[in-house]
This record gives sequence, C-alpha cells and structure tokens, in this order.
Amino acid sequence: MSTELLKAVAASNEWWALGPEIIVACAALSLLVMEMVLPKKDHYAIPYFALVALGMVLVTVGMYFHTGWHEQDLMFGGLIRITDASQTARLFFLLSSLLVCFLATICLPRARAPRVEFYHIVLVVTAALMLLAQANHFVMFFVALETVTIGFYILVSYYRERSLSLEAGLKYLVLGALSSAILLFGIVLIYGAVGRVEVDGVVHNGFEYATVLNFLRENPDNFLATAGALLVIGGVAFKIGAFPFQIWVPDVYQGAPTPVTAFLAVSSKAAGFAVLLTLVHQVFAPLEAVLVPVLSLLAAATILFGNLSALTQRNTKRLMGLSGVSHAGYLLIGVVASFTVPWAQGAVWFYLFTYLLASMAVFGVMAYVAGPDDSGEELDHYDRLAKERPFLGAVLAIGVGSLAGIPPLAGFMGKLLLFMAAFQAHLYGLLAVAIVGVVISIFYYFGWIRSAWFESWTPPAPGAAPARPLPAGPKWAGVATLAVLVFATVLLGFFQAPLTSWLLP
Amino acid sequence: MNPSNAQLLQLAIATPLVAAVIIACGLPKRFSTKLAAAAFTVPMLIALWLWSQFPAEGAHNYAYLSTTYTGLGNFGISLKLGLNGIALPMFLLAATVGLAAGLYALRSGAERLKLYLVLLLIMHGGLLGVFASVDIFFFYFFHELALIPTFIMVGIWGGRDRNYAAMKLTIYLTAGAMLSLLGLIALYVKSGANSFDLIELKDAIAAGGLRGSTQNWIGGLLLLGFGTLVSLWPLHTWAPLGYGAAPSSAAMLHAGVLKKFGLYGLIQIAIPLIPLGLQHWAWKLALLAALGNVLVVGFVTMAQRDLKQMLGYSSVMHMGYCFLGIACLSTIGSGGVVMLMVAHGLSVALLFLLATSIHHRTHTFDLSEMGGLAQKTPVLAAFFVAATMASIGLPGFANFWGELTVFVALWKFSPALTAVAVAGVVISAIYGLRAAARVFFGPASEQLQRVTAQHPPADLDWREKLPALILIVALLFFGFYPKAVSQPVDQALAAPVPAAVTLPSR
Repeated sequence: MSTELLKAVAASNEWWALGPEIIVACAALSLLVMEMVLPKKDHYAIPYFALVALGMVLVTVGMYFHTGWHEQDLMFGGLIRITDASQTARLFFLLSSLLVCFLATICLPRARAPRVEFYHIVLVVTAALMLLAQANHFVMFFVALETVTIGFYILVSYYRERSLSLEAGLKYLVLGALSSAILLFGIVLIYGAVGRVEVDGVVHNGFEYATVLNFLRENPDNFLATAGALLVIGGVAFKIGAFPFQIWVPDVYQGAPTPVTAFLAVSSKAAGFAVLLTLVHQVFAPLEAVLVPVLSLLAAATILFGNLSALTQRNTKRLMGLSGVSHAGYLLIGVVASFTVPWAQGAVWFYLFTYLLASMAVFGVMAYVAGPDDSGEELDHYDRLAKERPFLGAVLAIGVGSLAGIPPLAGFMGKLLLFMAAFQAHLYGLLAVAIVGVVISIFYYFGWIRSAWFESWTPPAPGAAPARPLPAGPKWAGVATLAVLVFATVLLGFFQAPLTSWLLP
Repeated sequence: MNPSNAQLLQLAIATPLVAAVIIACGLPKRFSTKLAAAAFTVPMLIALWLWSQFPAEGAHNYAYLSTTYTGLGNFGISLKLGLNGIALPMFLLAATVGLAAGLYALRSGAERLKLYLVLLLIMHGGLLGVFASVDIFFFYFFHELALIPTFIMVGIWGGRDRNYAAMKLTIYLTAGAMLSLLGLIALYVKSGANSFDLIELKDAIAAGGLRGSTQNWIGGLLLLGFGTLVSLWPLHTWAPLGYGAAPSSAAMLHAGVLKKFGLYGLIQIAIPLIPLGLQHWAWKLALLAALGNVLVVGFVTMAQRDLKQMLGYSSVMHMGYCFLGIACLSTIGSGGVVMLMVAHGLSVALLFLLATSIHHRTHTFDLSEMGGLAQKTPVLAAFFVAATMASIGLPGFANFWGELTVFVALWKFSPALTAVAVAGVVISAIYGLRAAARVFFGPASEQLQRVTAQHPPADLDWREKLPALILIVALLFFGFYPKAVSQPVDQALAAPVPAAVTLPSR
C-alpha cells in the first residue's frame, strides 16, 4: 500500500464506512479508561456502558442497512468490500455480542471474576468479527481472524483460577495456532500460485480476492492453488467446528465461562460461515468440482459425529458444543447447496439467526441454573426446574425445541429452508444423513427437556440426599431479555416475513 | 361461497390457540376452565355450521378458501385454508373429538390443570388446522403443532413407563414426520409448481406429469413416513406403549384424530398426485396391512391383559383396514377409508374415555383384576358395550359402513386379502367382547372387592356422561345416516384426477 493511497483514503470519507467498527473499538478502549478514572463505587456501571454502546451501534447499522453511508462497495484499495451479506453479518455479530455481554452480567458476578477486561475484549473481538466479514483481501482476512482468535484465547481461560478454564484455554491455544498455521500456509500457497510481484497489473497483488478468482477461472486445475484453497477451508472449518477439526469443541466449551461458550458457539461459528460463503462464492468459485465433494463429505461427517457424540453427554456445555457441531453440519449442507441454488446463502443466514436466538435463550437459562462454577453443570441439575422456576423451564423448552427443529419454532423454519435448498440442489444423500441426524438429536434435546419437566414430579425418596438448591432466578431485565428471545423464536415459527423479506428477497 | 364462512374457518382454528396463549399468560384458574370450555365448543359449532353450509359445487371442489402470507411466499408457502369433501368430515371429527376430550379433561382434576388445558388447546388447534390446510406445508406444520403437546402430556401426566413411552413416541413420530416432510418437499420440487398449494400442485402435475420412477420413490417415502405415523406394521410399536401411558384426553385426541393425519395425507395428497407411485407399492402395503396389522396385531391384541394396551393394539389393528382401503386405489376404497377414519376416531376416543372412567373406579387396567362392575355402574357398562360393538363394526354404528365399503372395494383388489380382513372382524369381536365381559360381568376379583370396599364406585356423573354422549350420538348418527359423510366425500373423490399422470418410467 503506497502513501498516495493512504492520503486518498484520508482525504475521502471512506473511514466513515468503517464507523461501526471504529466506534466499537473506541468504546472498548474507553472501558479501560473508565476503569482507571472512575471511583471504585461507580465501576458497576462500566458493563452497562458496553451494552449501551453495542446497542446503539446495532440500531445505527440496522437503520442504515440498505442505504449505507458509503459510495462504492470496494474500499481501502480493495481491502474491504461492503455487501448486503457483510451488513447482515455486522448486525449478527453486534446482536450476538450484546447478548454475550448480557450473559456476562449474570455469570461474572457469580464467579467473582474481574469484569471490565471481559467487556473490553468482547468489544474488540466484535469489531474484528465485523471486519472479518467485510474482508476482501487475504491479509485483511488473516489479520482480522487472528484478532478474533487471540481475543478468544484470553476469553476462554478467563477464569484464571479454575483448572478447567485454563485447560480449555491451552487446548484452544494449541489447536487454534495449528489451524492458523494451516490457514496461513494455504494463503501462502495461493499467493505463490497467483501472485507475480515483479509484474505490474492484475497479477501484482496475489492476496486480493478478485485476483485469485480471475486466476482460478483461467486455471481451475492448478494444483498449488487448489491445495491452498483446501488448506484455507480447513482453517475455516476449525472455526465452525466441522469434522475433522471439531476435536477441541467439547473440552473448550466446557471449560470456558458460559458467556464465552455462547460467544464461541454463536459468533465464532457464524464468522466461519460468513467467511466460508464469501470464499466459496467470490474466490474459490471455479473450484466447484473439488469443493462440492469435499464440503459434502465434511457436512455428512460433521452431522453424524456431532449428533452421535452428543448422544451420551450429561454435561450441558459439552452437549451444547457437540450439538453445535451438528448444526455446523446442517449449515454446511446449505453452503454446498448454494453452489447451485443461490438463495441457499440467505437460508444459511436465516438458520444462523434462528440458531442465535435459540442458543442465547438456552445459554441464558444455563447461566441462571449454574452456580459459581459453571463448568460442571449436568442435566440432573435441571430437575425440578420447571416446578420451581416455571419461566426458566419454559424458556429452556422453547430454546431447546427450536435447536431440535421442532415446529412451530424458528429453528424448524431454518431447517426447512436448508432442506428445501438441498432438495433443489439434488443433494439427496446429504438430506438422508441430515434426517438421521435430526432424529438422533431429538433424543438428547428431548432428554434435556425431560430432566427439566418430567423427572421430578414425584417427591424424592425418604433418606435421599437433598438436591442442590437452584440459584436465584432472573430479575426483570433478565426476564425481559429471555422473553424477547423466546418471543422472537416463536414468532419466527409462525411469521417469517421479518427475516425473509430481508435475507431472502 | 360466502367470504364470512372462510373467516369462520380461520376463527375455528384460532380460537383454541388464542385461548391457550391467554391461559398460559397467567389467567386465574376459575376463568381458565371457563375459557377452555368455550374454546373447545366454538370450533364444534363452527364445524357444524360449515358442514350445513357446505356447497355441492365449488372451485376445485374446495369451499371457504382463504390465503394468508407469512413471509415465505417466495417459496410458495402460504397459510391457505379451505375444506373439500374429504377434509370436511375429518374437520368435523376433529371438532367433535376435541370437544369431548376437552370436556373430559376439564373434569379430570389433573394436577397442574392449567398447563394440561393449554397443551390440549394447542393440540386441538393444530388438529383443526391439519384438516383445514390446503397448503401441504401447513398441513404438516399443524400436525407437528398438535404432536408436540402429545409428547409433553405423556411425559408429565403419563401413567406407567411414561418416560420411556414419551421418548419412544417422540423418536418414532419425529422420524415418521421427517420422512413425510421430505416426501412433501419432494412433491414440491418435482412437480415444478413452485408451490405447496395442493390445488396448484394438482394443476401442475396434471399439466406436466411426473415420471413413474419419481412417483415410485416419492410414494415410498410418503408411505414410510405416513406409515410410521399411522402405525403400519412393523413400525407400530410406539402406539400401544404410547397410548398405554398417555393421559386420557391426549390418547383420545391422538388415537382418534391425529393418527388419521397419515391416512388423510395419503388420500388427499398421494392418491391424486402420485397414483402410479402408490400403485407400485399397493401390493406390498396391502400385504403388510393384512398380515401384519390385521392378523398379527389382531392376535397380539387378543393376548393383552391390560385394558389400555388392548385398546392401543386394537387401534393399530383397525388402521390395517384403512391401509387396505387405500391400497385398493379405488374411489369406493378411499371413500370407505374416510368413513372408517371418522367412525374409528369417534369409537376409539370413546373407548379411551371409558377406560379411564373404569380406571377411576377399579384403580387398575388389568383385565384379570376386574369383574362384575356392571351391577354397580350400569350406565358405564352400557356405554362400554355400545362402544365395543361400534368398534367391532356392528350395523347401526358408523364403523359398519366404513368396514363394509372397504371390504367391497377390497374384494375387487384381492378376494384372498378380503378373507383375511373379514377374519380380523372375528378377532376384534373376540377381544372386544371378552374385555367387556371381564370388566363388567362375572364375579368381581378379590382385588377389586378390596378396592370397591374402600372406594365404592359411583356410576358415571353427568360431566363424564356428556363427552361420552357426544361421541356415541355422533357414532349412531353416522351409522344411521352415512350419507352425511359419503356425499361430500363422493363429491371430492369422483372429481377428475389429473389424467393418468403419464410418461412411462425410464
């Protein structure tokens, strides 16, 4: 990048296009400043500042969704490209982070963990996630991705006095570094095949998406570039927790604090899919003949592995993690279908939004049910939940039901759209696998609802050990948030227009 | 066609659902029971009115059509409601059994009655929606809406083995529902109509036609999915277990109405759209139904010692006749199945209701621990014997016409299978009458004497009598005036089917 370019960027109002990211990052920094400046008794207000900042940026991005504040979509010398999909991703990450911060206001005080740093890192990661979805250049892509990943390294081991959290952090660090190495190696291979620095013109910049796309169009059977593309996909598969890069999921999900687990399950997975959709359609599209079988295989294996391994879990966080793996598998079907059925991309986003609503509701209940130590939460702890906390019981049933894809909840509509796309793309084998997966998933999801609702209507046997008392239920803000999530989940089951008019025009 | 009637149809479906939401939002119990009673009654009144107003002719034989878009219009999904001659009797059945089950639930004194009523109302709304949907996506959607409360009701209020039963029920029925959903999506994709609207699907298939091989696999998918939901042998094992554990009102609604979803789907959707596909499977289906459902399950039913299990198995057995009627692929066969579905729905709901009333008095479902109840509860005995007679298919009850018509159609299909099916009637007479005899006549067993000494059994009170009366009056009405069902059904079935749906299979 030359200085002329920087000058041009500074002279234009291109920076404004990245306003949301810049504001979120500034808010992150001001959190730290506030902690230093404000007297200790006012520190309780700092998390609310983070929530308000995220909320305001979310509303602003939503309001300017279609009109935008930028004149062209390609900016910063081709580093950033703003599309409808990237705007959707921005909204998704902001909403998800808002809910993660909400979860943190429940969990962190219970765990007596330091607070301000948590929100700081979440905001930084949010800004990086938003940039990641708009990257149009492999360097930009890698830098944003690493910012996200390093943020997660810290967040996963945030309870630094708990061995499980530290163990999870270490595992995530080692495997995350490995996946970054794979990804970087892939990028380098592509660069080596595509770029010619000594030549001026289109091939000068071998990192740019458009250049790679053009090269692959001319040379779809270039071995080096194909190998690079597959390695890049492998690195992304680590993020979404797809087979065979899913091995970190259960341990890391279990050890991480509940808000971080939710962050990993929702935002990190969605970021993987945002990137994957961009890559396969805007960069690697000419490699369809290689990518479709690879991704299909990945999808089938992911669905089967996720569901089969979730089948025997009693720990709720591991259960969420492994069932999340299977959701990644269903979403991969959508990605495969999107090669022949363009609207499948919208279906993937629809599914991700329903997954966000349902997962956050379930994680909210998990946060309330868990005591100070949230890594050992078992299904048995949900006994009597529906009787003693009927509201949480109802939220859990609806959230889990939506994850299981039971009509009339939003999750079913998400699955329906994916399956319809798969049908139109003639992916009958994958559909069969997906159906098997859904039926298996009924067993463990339903088992969870069963422990909350069915098990304990009879009084415990005399002499039995007294059951663990349930922690305090939600206050009005928690009730309101969970109620909104559940209401949206039910509403989208009956009336999909709010999302479809926007994602599937 | 009167537009206000279309709105009445929407109102009938919305009433129970809205009432469920209101009760769930924390209405006090006093008002909840009154509201629930009203919400169970309104659909019944509307159903009777719509039935009386049903026109002899309508566009595509449908009346009361209305369309609402929910945001999936791009995919050809819209909430399109309406009734044709096949749907009308089923809608009436759903309203009747729903009313009876609701009234019975109101007096059941179940623990957490409000939640029970909420789930039952959701189920009722779903059932009415199933039969009023012209859009086959919503046809499926409403079925699931009604199915989920069943699982929860079995899990919370179920009897013996409720956890196991709830789980097994859920897995079997979800698998069946998923397979049928795939079949329906396959119809949508393959027909080229780009719509889930049954009328447009019919038009598109009549214009374009589906290849024989395509029809074969879609037919297989639908038969497997619907077959699981309707308890086709050997996929029936969830049924007796589930009904054995389910609370009475849930069993009444599920066995009586919801289970007919699959059969209704085959008659309303599969036969007109993919006749060649069904023909491909007809013989296999008929053999499974005749040998499996009728004979094997019939003998298993005879061996049951538990009243509710016996009823569960007998309903599996009677589904065999319905499958046989469908396998005939003739107008008279399909018409007979609709008649039989209505009749069986009413009679099996009545039997489940009475079985629970018997349990309240004997505190057991074990047939060997009962006896002589007729002396103390003559009205209950009379109802039960009448319901048993209906279930066997004695003339005078609606079941007779259903079975007779199916047998007539079946004779053309295969005389040998007809013989098997008629033998099944003898089997059902044996177990039905034996159960009635064990419960009500002969000497009381020692256990029963002990129980009755502690809780002297009272005869049916009016709150139990009313739902039973509703059901038995309906059974007798259709038994003496079958035209009430056969005329609209005939009108729909005799309508021209998409011409032979040709193109040879490659």
